Amino acid sequence: MVDSPLVNFKGRHLLGIDDLSADEIIGLVNTANRFVEVSEREIKKLPTLRGKTVVNLFFEPSTRTRTSFEIAGKRLSADVINISAQSSSVVKGETFKDTVLNLASMRPDALVIRHPSPGTPLYASKFAGCPVINGGDGAHAHPTQALLDMMTIMERRKSLKNLNVAIIGDVLHSRVARSNISAFKRFDANITVCGPKTLMPAHMDNFGVRVTHDIYEAVEGADVIMMLRIQTERMAQGLFPSLREYSSRFCLDSKVMKKAKPDAIVTHPGPINRGIEISSEVADGKYSVILDQVTHGVAMRMAVLYLLCGGAD
Amino acid sequence: MKNDGASAKVVLSAPDIGRTLARLAHEITEKNPDCSNLVLVGIITRGVPLAARLSEKIKEINGIEIPVGALDVTFYRDDLARKGPNLNASPTNITFDITGKTVILVDDVLFTGRSIRAAIDAIMDLGRPGKIQLAALLDRGHRELPIRADYIGKNIPTSRDERVMVKLREVDGEDAVFVTGAENG
Repeated sequence: MVDSPLVNFKGRHLLGIDDLSADEIIGLVNTANRFVEVSEREIKKLPTLRGKTVVNLFFEPSTRTRTSFEIAGKRLSADVINISAQSSSVVKGETFKDTVLNLASMRPDALVIRHPSPGTPLYASKFAGCPVINGGDGAHAHPTQALLDMMTIMERRKSLKNLNVAIIGDVLHSRVARSNISAFKRFDANITVCGPKTLMPAHMDNFGVRVTHDIYEAVEGADVIMMLRIQTERMAQGLFPSLREYSSRFCLDSKVMKKAKPDAIVTHPGPINRGIEISSEVADGKYSVILDQVTHGVAMRMAVLYLLCGGAD
Repeated sequence: MKNDGASAKVVLSAPDIGRTLARLAHEITEKNPDCSNLVLVGIITRGVPLAARLSEKIKEINGIEIPVGALDVTFYRDDLARKGPNLNASPTNITFDITGKTVILVDDVLFTGRSIRAAIDAIMDLGRPGKIQLAALLDRGHRELPIRADYIGKNIPTSRDERVMVKLREVDGEDAVFVTGAENG
């Protein structure tokens, strides 16, 4: 077999989409597609990462991402250990660096880190001694989410080239939005971001995206509508007056969907707030690929673990 | 790829491959008189078209349609760390139940036996076949595991550093088997 440049994932970190080329994203999606079938089997297990140890180090609450990484590791026969901040020595005052150094001394083969502070996985990668995978760091990046989104879109659209994409909601606090913008940009998408002015970062045009505050305008002609979760705790910070006002202007319902292309798809990273950013009719309807995203999440994380810890030396 | 160099030697032509597969199909039907219990599983990549062709030939012989599946053994290999992953292969696609069946694994070249070991493990994770048999278009020797084929198209003695190149029209646009000398460097 001739080694293509694509296979050189071994020992690398996955900190953000910015580290990946378009070809590498496609390579990851192709690899993940081969793992989909495993989850349909009666015996959902491959021996590929037998003897490898994956540590999930989560400093923020998470069900989907943590479970998804855990299932992904276990379906590849890796030993997966979950550590959450609440149950770790962090509560005894241990620094983040000491926590990582101690875990690194136990020789894991991959470290998945979620942390509220942007850049934490990058910092950890300097001394972890094994591949570090960013499981979400503050408002910075969530690369495996963007990769599973690309996988889900490719399944429906075959190609990622030149799509009209609307990203709607709390763009300000969204690492999902940032990682997806970075990914879509590699495939020449026309991206529109939409949300209240208070939840829109300044200078978004520097990303090469269009900004609007009108959901109808954002969805007009869209191939992909990417909804973001509205965190109700933002209301306490005075960023929007009430959930009712938010949903009256930014909820994706069937009336708004009429503006999209007839074969448009709706994604959401979850957990969804029904009736706030997305109506149940749309969330459960024909445009929605929200549960496909969750299924693909396991396959994509299998691909990431396989390529980072199982590849060539 | 440098397969057309002066040292490339054709060991099977397109008609040779057709005749060889016809013979293998006959051997399979002789050894398994009750063909209704057979399934053919090609090892990705070139085992898959070979399995499909064997299925056609068996149908010509006795009219029985043998189901064909595709098996990706990458994730079962023991030499991943040396070869590196292949990002572009296709996934396993076996749409029928293999439990109780006679599974005939089909591969293009039988060499060290490590792919076949991986394939047997992969099959066992999908069900419990009654029997597993192995058909290979070529056996080039140099086994590293105690594995043998039930049906062999052609034995070709090779040295370890020679390369055996199988081309099939479904994948490569032509049918031929070459042996090329050790590549320089």
